[in-house]
Amino acid sequence: MNLNLTLIGQLIAFTIFVIFCMKYVWPPISGALADRQKKIAEGLDAADKAARDLETAKSQIEDELKQARSQVTELLEQANKRSSQIVEEAQDKARAEAEKIMASAQAQIAQDAAQAREALRADVAQLAVVGAERVLGASVDQAAHKKLLAELANEL
Amino acid sequence: MALQNPTPSEYIQHHLTNLTYGYHPENGWSFAHGAKEASEMGFMAIHVDTMAWSVGLGILFCWLFRVGAKAAHAGVPTGILNFVELMVEFVDKSVKETFHGKSALIAPLALTICCWIFLMNLMDLVPVDLVPYLFMVAGVDYMKIVPTTDVNATLGMSIGVFLLIIFYSIKIKGVSGFVGELTLQPFGKWMIPFNFLLEGVGLIAKPISLALRLFGNLYAGELIFILIALLPFYLQWFLSVPWAIFHILVIVLQAFIFMMLTIVYLSMAHEHH
Repeated sequence: MNLNLTLIGQLIAFTIFVIFCMKYVWPPISGALADRQKKIAEGLDAADKAARDLETAKSQIEDELKQARSQVTELLEQANKRSSQIVEEAQDKARAEAEKIMASAQAQIAQDAAQAREALRADVAQLAVVGAERVLGASVDQAAHKKLLAELANEL
Repeated sequence: MALQNPTPSEYIQHHLTNLTYGYHPENGWSFAHGAKEASEMGFMAIHVDTMAWSVGLGILFCWLFRVGAKAAHAGVPTGILNFVELMVEFVDKSVKETFHGKSALIAPLALTICCWIFLMNLMDLVPVDLVPYLFMVAGVDYMKIVPTTDVNATLGMSIGVFLLIIFYSIKIKGVSGFVGELTLQPFGKWMIPFNFLLEGVGLIAKPISLALRLFGNLYAGELIFILIALLPFYLQWFLSVPWAIFHILVIVLQAFIFMMLTIVYLSMAHEHH
């Protein structure tokens, strides 16, 4: 329990240790800690940013998908419309064609009928002439004429 | 051994005597043979054991933390760096909570105090007879291995702190500010002598209380270990184990208290009143 030179010795040792600690121990460690703190903060920031970016990209994808879907629907609608239009047009065309064909057929028929009528008329005339010849060649009598005329009528 | 079959008081006396080297009035420069010679040497003596153990432990601290400091990097810490960083962060937090100025000294100072005192206190847990016995076999009569049970060690450190208090007081407030702080409060300029007495006692009390608190705790703890060691061996376990476990708390606590009070005193020295 004597106070002696140990006191001074301890004071000197203490000073030396503190100076050593101050010069060679504390700065590198606290520097490293500060650096790490910065690094971690930066890392967290980057993670936040990445998460935000991801969110943005997701919503962008959503938008684009929606747009694409609506485009598809629109195209489909257009195609449908166009196809029904084409069908309608084809129907119209076909109808017109059919009418045309029908018209020409009718015309042909009418023409044929007229021709036939014309032929008939010629035939009738010829028959009439033939009939008249026969009538004139044979005796002219009422009964015979009557018979002849009836024949003629039958031939018509 | 200097004593064969010592009486309890001789045993205790022996365990509480430092290995002293100094100038004896009759023997000149020599190792003291016993407490009486050691006290006759007066101030011109040095406790070789205290110095050697404390410096050794201080070097251990410096080496350990220097290894950590060299390994320090901003990546994932491993091994010893973890421990070193833990200590540094703990001390840094304690300093930042109390001391609001800027100083490159206070945090390393606090770290040194905390770790060094802890290591010195830790020697208290080494069985009281072990090291002295080994040294006795080697021919050294006295060996006190806990430097903090030597009032010289604790007072040496607290005087260091005291000098820093005065240094910072004068640096921050100037000589006149510091003198003013010592003399002009609490009662104003008509009571200067009385103020000076009060403030002077307050100032001197800081290093004294620092040193004696640490010394007293560790000295008492050591003394109890020595007393327990006097019991028959089958009873020693029963007492020394609980006391050692309790003492772990004291060891850490005293190191922490010394550190915190140092920070507090130095931050007070930095503040204007």
